[in-house]
Amino acid sequence: MATVADLEHGQKGIIKEFSDIVLPIKLMELGCLPGNSVELVQIAPLKDPIYINVNGSHIAIRRSLARQIELDILEDPKAI
Amino acid sequence: MSKNINVALIGNPNTGKTSVFNQLTGLKQKVGNYPGITVEKKEGVCKLPRGVKAHILDLPGTYSLNTTSLDESVVVELLLNKNDKDYPDVAVVVSDVENLKRNLLLFTQIKDLGIPTILVINMADRMSRKGISLDIETLEEKLNTKIALVSTRKGNGIERIKELIADYKTLSTKPNVNTSRISPEYFGRLQKAFPKEDLYKLWLVITQDVNFMPIEKKRIQDATSFSTKSKDELKKLQHKETVLRYQFINNTLKETYKVDFQAAKGLRASFDKVLTHKVFGYVIFLVILLTIFQAIFDWSTYPQDFIDEQFAMAGEWIKNTLPPGVFTDLLAEGILAGIGGIVIFIPQIAFLFLFISLLEETGYMSRVVFLMDKLMRPFGLSGKSVVPLISGTACAIPAVMATRTIENWKERLITILVTPFTTCSARLPIYLILIALVIPKGRILGLSYQALTLMLLYIIGFGMAIFSAMILNKILKIKSSSLFMVEMPTYRLPLLKNVAYTVIEKTKSFVFGAGKIILAISIVLWFLGSNGHSEDFKNAESIVNKRIEDEGLSNYSKNYIQNNIDTYMRSTKLSVVDQPNAIGLKSLQDSVLIMTKELKERAKAQEVASYKLEHSYIGYAGKAIEPIVRPLGYDWKIGIAVLTSFAAREVFVGTLATIYSVGNDEEETIKSRMSAELHHSGKKPLFNLASGISLMLFYAFAMQCMSTLAIVKKETNSWKWPLLQLIFMSAFAYIVALTAYQILK
Repeated sequence: MATVADLEHGQKGIIKEFSDIVLPIKLMELGCLPGNSVELVQIAPLKDPIYINVNGSHIAIRRSLARQIELDILEDPKAI
Repeated sequence: MSKNINVALIGNPNTGKTSVFNQLTGLKQKVGNYPGITVEKKEGVCKLPRGVKAHILDLPGTYSLNTTSLDESVVVELLLNKNDKDYPDVAVVVSDVENLKRNLLLFTQIKDLGIPTILVINMADRMSRKGISLDIETLEEKLNTKIALVSTRKGNGIERIKELIADYKTLSTKPNVNTSRISPEYFGRLQKAFPKEDLYKLWLVITQDVNFMPIEKKRIQDATSFSTKSKDELKKLQHKETVLRYQFINNTLKETYKVDFQAAKGLRASFDKVLTHKVFGYVIFLVILLTIFQAIFDWSTYPQDFIDEQFAMAGEWIKNTLPPGVFTDLLAEGILAGIGGIVIFIPQIAFLFLFISLLEETGYMSRVVFLMDKLMRPFGLSGKSVVPLISGTACAIPAVMATRTIENWKERLITILVTPFTTCSARLPIYLILIALVIPKGRILGLSYQALTLMLLYIIGFGMAIFSAMILNKILKIKSSSLFMVEMPTYRLPLLKNVAYTVIEKTKSFVFGAGKIILAISIVLWFLGSNGHSEDFKNAESIVNKRIEDEGLSNYSKNYIQNNIDTYMRSTKLSVVDQPNAIGLKSLQDSVLIMTKELKERAKAQEVASYKLEHSYIGYAGKAIEPIVRPLGYDWKIGIAVLTSFAAREVFVGTLATIYSVGNDEEETIKSRMSAELHHSGKKPLFNLASGISLMLFYAFAMQCMSTLAIVKKETNSWKWPLLQLIFMSAFAYIVALTAYQILK
């Protein structure tokens, strides 16, 4: 199962439906909700944290959290 | 009647909320803390049209009413407590046009509380560049509110906010989202149980872990059917609430908010590429750090020297103009010196916060956190601890104040506790004089031992900070959310006004916050150093005079006078040769005579001062602690200096100067005097390699700085942490110094 942590530079994905409650509510409030797109903007030089654009919010999160957000990776980033 | 309107400014971080606040209130603002906690409370007054006044409260930035930090709890607590004197008549939600969607989440929550709510859309100046178009009228209709389109950068739209606030009574208080839709069944039961209460407020009381209205919370918990909901179930409902709100927002924005994505990219991407690059990113950060370091360490010495001089002059002036007596002494040596000890830190604090607020305003600070986070994590710190720790190398006071940017309380506390280990500039005079005295002049691989020692001391300080952070991380059992999430704001040119406000505000909070404690301790130390109960102290003058009559001046004083005369003679002789019409021999002899007399007076005064200090309360304290400090290789004189330098480390050198009765300002004389001092065995110098290193290590680790303690007290809001810091650091310093001396002697 692909997660936000699997994204490569510039790659995008669509967040999958998630029923469980592992994600902090704060992340959802910033737009990390099913159906929204996530783009990986930058990876820190030491590979962690990662810097993403989700629903227009630019945020940096640690890999451990990113691994909990499941998504479908879009092969062609221009699709959305 | 002109009742003040209570206005609460609410908004996400990085929306320019503080700029709006600054422009509404100007300099008529007051910064304090919420009672009992360390969250900053900013309030101000704004004049509205038609002679109405508004009391404006700038609430901490928050993404929603679901709280995860103390700052956010403050917002929820206020909005739920109608009896709070600051409870708003009207809420102003500040949003950023680029992140409008996300910002509206908070807006709908506030609106649903039934508080009249105005929406401010800030950064309007960026719309065309970002390809954004807005239909304000339709948006107002859909959100059922009034909107002010504002650019704080250009100063547009502020008048509109004022008008809207003045007309707040016309605002609709109808909610945007029907709370019961989250779970009709659950909320139906809730409403039945509490028919009089507003559903959304009840919902917040249930879900938010804030300590408001304890009775009401208990009432809800007592109604058993609602406490059966487990935490997980509640969280699911919160999730659902968020989804519902976003549905509403998406529908609202679909017709009113358009972005041309082609225009939107650009600047951010290219800046990010360089500033978070794996090589350039660190290089740029290093250069910025060096600049900050240079400013605090070097540039601030000019204003500091100036301040020092002014206070010394003012002290002299008071002593010379006011009638001599206890009161004059208190004023000149106690109070004035104490205030001087506070004011002297202002340049460093101002410089540090100038840079910090510049970095924050531009959006660069988030990138530093991004770069450094992984490096700091093994030590229980995060990327946000980097700047405070590094500024600690200049001065721990502004560094401790700078930890306010760390939201995670545990990380922040650890950073505050370990920062005083880093080598601050006040340790430098002590290190320099001791290194010159005890470290041999040789070189190894082209590097002098002395320079290496200094570098080693810096490394020891920083290493100790990191090491103790690691330990504290293990032993401190503080529950705090481990969520690390940093918003990466767009790059912006800093607004100089905001920078200026930050600098002024931080300086003020130091002077009036920590300043009180520093002043109090300075006065106590002055009192102990200039008073004594013994006959010896009271008759110091006559005793010393008698001794000088009987035995003459001390050998040291004789040398001191002779040296000064010799230098004078040499210089005048040279000028005699140079100038044919020079002063005759007679007048030269006369001037030497006058000079000798003056020098004798000075030497006498210094010997009296030394004698007085020796027999003052603090002098006795120094002797009393001699048994404790002797195993470290110190005598009672160093003991006194250790005691007085609690006020500030650099006082150490000055105190030794007084005890050895040499003038305060002549570093070379102090040094030569120190090197002449003998160990009590009489066989070796007092300042030898062992005792010198022991002293340096003591100062490296000991919490010898009351100003830092005062600021830690202020920032942690309790005496517990500064006292722990004092005890642990001093004990550790003692043990290390003891071990070092016993091994080396």
